[in-house]
Amino acid sequence: MNSVWPIFRREFATYFATPLAYVFIVIFLFAMGAFTFYIGNFYQNGVADLTVFFGYHPWLYLFLVPAIAMRLWAEERRTGTMELLMTLPVPLWATVVGKFLAAWAFTGIALALTFPIWLTVNFLGSPDNGVILASYIGSFLMAGGYLAIGAAISAMTSNQVIAFVVSVVVCFLFTVSGAPLVLDFFRDWAPLLLINTIASFSFLTHFSAITAGVIDLRDVIYFVSLIALFLLVNIVVIDLKRTG
Amino acid sequence: MIEIEGLTKHFGAVAAVAGIDLKVGKGEVLGFLGPNGAGKSTTMKMVTGFLAPTEGRVSVCGHDIETDTIAAQRSIGYLPEGAPAYGDMTPRQFLAFIARVRGFEGAANKARVEAAVAKTDLDPVLDQPIDTLSKGFKRRVGLAQAILHDPPVLIMDEPTDGLDPNQKHSVRELIRAMAREKAIIVSTHLLEEVEAICTRAVIIDRGRVVADGTPAQLLARSRHHNAVTLTVPAQDAANITTKLRTIAAVATVEQAPGDGGTVQLTAFPKGGALLIEDVGRMAADDEWKVQELYAEPGRLDEVFRAITTHDAARAREARA
Repeated sequence: MNSVWPIFRREFATYFATPLAYVFIVIFLFAMGAFTFYIGNFYQNGVADLTVFFGYHPWLYLFLVPAIAMRLWAEERRTGTMELLMTLPVPLWATVVGKFLAAWAFTGIALALTFPIWLTVNFLGSPDNGVILASYIGSFLMAGGYLAIGAAISAMTSNQVIAFVVSVVVCFLFTVSGAPLVLDFFRDWAPLLLINTIASFSFLTHFSAITAGVIDLRDVIYFVSLIALFLLVNIVVIDLKRTG
Repeated sequence: MIEIEGLTKHFGAVAAVAGIDLKVGKGEVLGFLGPNGAGKSTTMKMVTGFLAPTEGRVSVCGHDIETDTIAAQRSIGYLPEGAPAYGDMTPRQFLAFIARVRGFEGAANKARVEAAVAKTDLDPVLDQPIDTLSKGFKRRVGLAQAILHDPPVLIMDEPTDGLDPNQKHSVRELIRAMAREKAIIVSTHLLEEVEAICTRAVIIDRGRVVADGTPAQLLARSRHHNAVTLTVPAQDAANITTKLRTIAAVATVEQAPGDGGTVQLTAFPKGGALLIEDVGRMAADDEWKVQELYAEPGRLDEVFRAITTHDAARAREARA
């Protein structure tokens, strides 16, 4: 664990050393507001809860999180710092985990900065704050899932654009795998078990279960194991590149 | 302290490194020479654990780089090709990061960074982003990073590339000062650098070691080794050439135009014999109007060209 900390610290500081953090946070907050208030008709709904707000999270993450993840490894490869990083006496898993945690902490900050909307609903009415807290936790876990996928894909290339586009596509598939768009493709021929398995991979299914106000352990395990799986993929990809 | 056995690396069908064996001990400064693409950088990348070898093994201070990676990497200071660093950090932040990764916290961290900065003259730019620094400072940031933990093994890929003559000199002084306590591998294109700092020179070509010896031993392989060059008036050239040929140890005499009506004559010895005494005595006895007279130690570039191949020829061969 000792070796994770310096990696985390450097990576996290990098976000704030460049305009990246500020640009990202501003756009994230602006987009959240725009979707919730204009497209989601937050006021007209006349209900003091954040269902509308959280409903847009998967779709915003779909584009914004790969934008964070794309540089994680691709940039290290492009600038040559990969060689420096890989020859420092740090185990590979610690580097992978440290970088991931830094990016995750950063998205956590962006998410936490949406707190004014929580203040707003509490001012307007008396929402179930337990549900809101659960939803925030669910949203944070989901962001981690997107991020782990994006990080693993970033490790495969030194081209950030490729990393971004491929990540968006893979994240999209994970988001909608419970929707008819994907399931209809399998419905005619695949066994029910397979269809249910595919559906169970959906971010939407697990996330909406959490935003309904119940933090089911299964949903938490789903996101945590998805993160673990993709961090493992990340490690394997880097190790394979080493063997060249 | 560095042991390399049968080190091989294939990229697809191409063998970048084809079986290198080397041992480098404490106090040695090994100059790693070879044309571009000969496998110098690839070898260094395997020794430091960045690339996994296809075959062979590397051990650093008794730790195998593949099975005991972290322990081996702890004892290595490495300056990769092009001295990569995080451009958005300042040298101070960057070096503090490296020190932290290497396990130095608090006061020890500060002391390590300060010592490395002092050795590489980085104080004037300590708080500027690395991206904004000149090539010379960037290179020295890489150097500072490599020596920060005072490693027993130092591996540097072209440490003086892009430096001006003053900076080159100070980097060489730095390497020389550390040489006694460490095992050092330095790759370079600059043959004068090998003569200046290396105790041993290894030339590799097409992934193999083609020469291994002290710089003096390599120089002895040069055609110019112990040759004698004289600068004489043009009208005397023919006469002196004939005379030089009468010396038993002289193989041939070559002529090149000099400045201001002079001619340079070079007498090449048979089998590396010493000529300077005979030629000197003859010049004095015959009262030649010699403007210059010197013995050549040998030319490393000549040896280099003679035993390595041209990159285009190599690429054609690899494709065939």
